[in-house]
Order: sequence, then C-alpha cells, then structure tokens
Amino acid sequence: MSDNTLLRINNLACIRDDRVLFEHLNLSLAAGQMLLVEGHNGSGKTSLLRILTGLKLADEGEVLWRGISIERLTADYYEQVSYVGHHDGVKRELTCLENLRLVQAMGIPSDLDLDAVLDRVNLYRYGDTLMGSLSAGQKRRLALARLFATQSILWILDEPFTSLDKSSMGHFETIFEQHLRQGGIVVMTSHHDIAMQGTEIQRLNLSQ
Amino acid sequence: MNRLSLSQAFIYLLRRDLTLAVRNRAEFANPLLFFVLVITLFPLAIGAIPELLARIAPGIIWVAALLAAMLSLDSIFRSDFDDGSLEQLLMSAHPMPLLVLAKVSAHWLVTGLPLLMVSPVLAEMLGMPSEAQGILILTILIGTPILSLIGSIGVALTVGLPKGGILMSLLVLPLYVPVLIFASSAIEAAVGGLDVSAQIYMLLAFLFLAISLAPVAAAAALKMSMS
Repeated sequence: MSDNTLLRINNLACIRDDRVLFEHLNLSLAAGQMLLVEGHNGSGKTSLLRILTGLKLADEGEVLWRGISIERLTADYYEQVSYVGHHDGVKRELTCLENLRLVQAMGIPSDLDLDAVLDRVNLYRYGDTLMGSLSAGQKRRLALARLFATQSILWILDEPFTSLDKSSMGHFETIFEQHLRQGGIVVMTSHHDIAMQGTEIQRLNLSQ
Repeated sequence: MNRLSLSQAFIYLLRRDLTLAVRNRAEFANPLLFFVLVITLFPLAIGAIPELLARIAPGIIWVAALLAAMLSLDSIFRSDFDDGSLEQLLMSAHPMPLLVLAKVSAHWLVTGLPLLMVSPVLAEMLGMPSEAQGILILTILIGTPILSLIGSIGVALTVGLPKGGILMSLLVLPLYVPVLIFASSAIEAAVGGLDVSAQIYMLLAFLFLAISLAPVAAAAALKMSMS
C-alpha cells in the first residue's frame, strides 16, 4: 500500500431492502488515479458514489480521506470534493454565471475566473442565459463546470456523460486526464466506453 | 482565492434565495393572498357585527397567519431537493445549520414580512381597537419567524417522502400551538388594557430557542432525508 493514498475504503457494505448490493469492499486511491465503477443497473454504483460523498451512510465499513473518516471531517472533506450526480444541481431560474458564483461561494473558489470556466465547457456566450432555456446537454456541461469553479481534488461523477454529444465526451475525457496528471482523483460511473490514454484506471465491477 | 467567511456565505445564500423568489413571484404571493382572502371572508360569513368582529379579530388574524405560514413551508427546501441543489449545499464547505438559517431567513423575508405589512390594514378592517394593533404587529413580528424556523424542521424531515405534506402538518402544528396561544393572549390582554410583557417575553424566548436550535435540527433532518 503506497503512502500517498488519499481515499481509502475499508470493508464497505451497502444493503438495500434486504438485498446486499456489495460487501467487504476494500479500495485505495492515490493522487493521479482513477476509479471506474461498473455494473448493471441496480448493482449499487450510485449508492457507492453517494457513500463516498457522505450523503449516504454505509451499512458497514468506513471511508477515509487522508486517513481520517469522512464522517468526522465533513466540511474539511467537502472543500476538496466535487460531486456531479444524476441531478444537475443547477437552478433553472438563475443564469449560468449566477449558478457558478453560488458554487464558488459554497466551496473554495479556483483561480480561474468564471468566464474561463464557462469557456472550458464551451458555454462562453451563455453567461447571462437563464438555465431554464438551455438544452439538457448544455445543462449537463454547466453541472460539470462546477469541477473547475472550485479547488477540488476528488471528483465524484455519476454518469457524467448523460446527454452529452460525442465531441463533448472527448473534450471531458481530456479534461479528466489533465486533472489526473495534476494529482487529482476521479471516481466515476459510465455506460460509455472510456478511452483515456496514459492514465491508470482501476476498474471495479459491482455485478460480480 | 480563499473560502468565504461564514457571514459572507450566509448573505450569499440569502441573496440567492431572494433572487429566486423574485423570479418566481407567483409562487410566493400565494400565502399572502391566502392570508388576505381568509380574513376578508370572515366578515362576509359572520355578518356585519362590529363588536363580535373586533372581539374575534386577534384569533382570526393569528389562525390565518399560522395557516398561511404552513402553506408556504414546503417551498423552503422542495425545489432545491428536486433539482439536486440541496445535495450540493449539504456538500458545501460551510456548516449546514448556517445555510439552513440563511434559507429560513430568506423564506421569512418573502412570506412572513408581507403578512406583517398587511396585518395593520386587516386589523383596522376588522375594527380592532387601535391600542391593541401595535401589540398585534409586535406578536406577528416575533411569531412568524418562529413559525418559519419550526416549520423548517418539519419540511426537512419530510422533503424526501413522496407525499409528506400531511405528515409535515401533523408534525409542525402541535409545535405552533404555543405560539398561537401566547400571541393571541397578548393581544387579548392589550385589548383589555392589561400588561402584556409576560406574553411578549415568552414569545421572545421561543424565538431565541428556535433560532439557536431549529437550524441544527433541520440540518440533521436534511441529512437523513438525503440518505
């Protein structure tokens, strides 16, 4: 076990309606590593990701961040984590910039200014557009823009490519590679094939 | 860049919720409309008996305010829960009770404050004695924030349930009753020319208890609703 492990999962179990989704799950992730969670529908991918965010409690076991349980860290953990779940978590009645400003206010703002953040997700000219008038794919891109608006190390992404087109998918894969090279960690689920070059991808299949 | 200070984060979320309320005016006008309608219907139903109306005015106004507040509670967390903003708030780098307090404050400014502003007009309409009107406004000023704060716990507990509305009413209503009793008793005493400081101090005690405990309870309840 390497010393630069940031995220460690100890003997994790998740039970839903008397059905064991997974148990005795052990994992460790160091800076620059990526975890791809696979499995058929209902195999507990989203549950695992929500346990990693601390939004859901594990039925057994614990999640450690730099050796300390995330239940004890709370805000100190959250300032280093970005989560994009099934819901985009953006407000229809706010503009793109207002949404991102809120994201920054709730975390530690990154050094990028917000126009640059919008540019990275190809929404540069939509800063003052209300979210409600964007397409599903554009909303998804704005949800993913959260990743650059704050200084987070651990990115937890649940089906990040939903409703994105092929070129956007490629674009985000490059961004994920970049994040990994800069010492970040990406944990994600995806039904799409991930074709990322030169990165160490750990695969976890929950169906087995 | 650094993270915002607690007060900056509080003000930021408060402003965001007020912006949302301005852009969703219709939804937030509803409780106020309900309040005014209920009170204007009473003289029509009971008949034009000024003594009787003046006698029951404090009760009518307070019951209407309480129901209007309950009607509006769901909007504190509902839309944030539905679009996933709430899980982002729970994962913020700031303490959740502070963010809950910001949301409840915004909710009170949008729903409680308008009630406060129209209640003198309605009190005058029902023929309440003018010496009691000041006390009425004072009880509404102290009482409606308590309603929002206690209500936030109820909503936080039930926001994850598909049909939590009835359960929420059952949870919250018993906790509203002391506020109703002390507020109407204060107005009653003022009408009779008695000292009202005991009731007002009691309401203030409720208010400070609610400010200090309700956000913590609601934050914990939200965490439960999420998992």
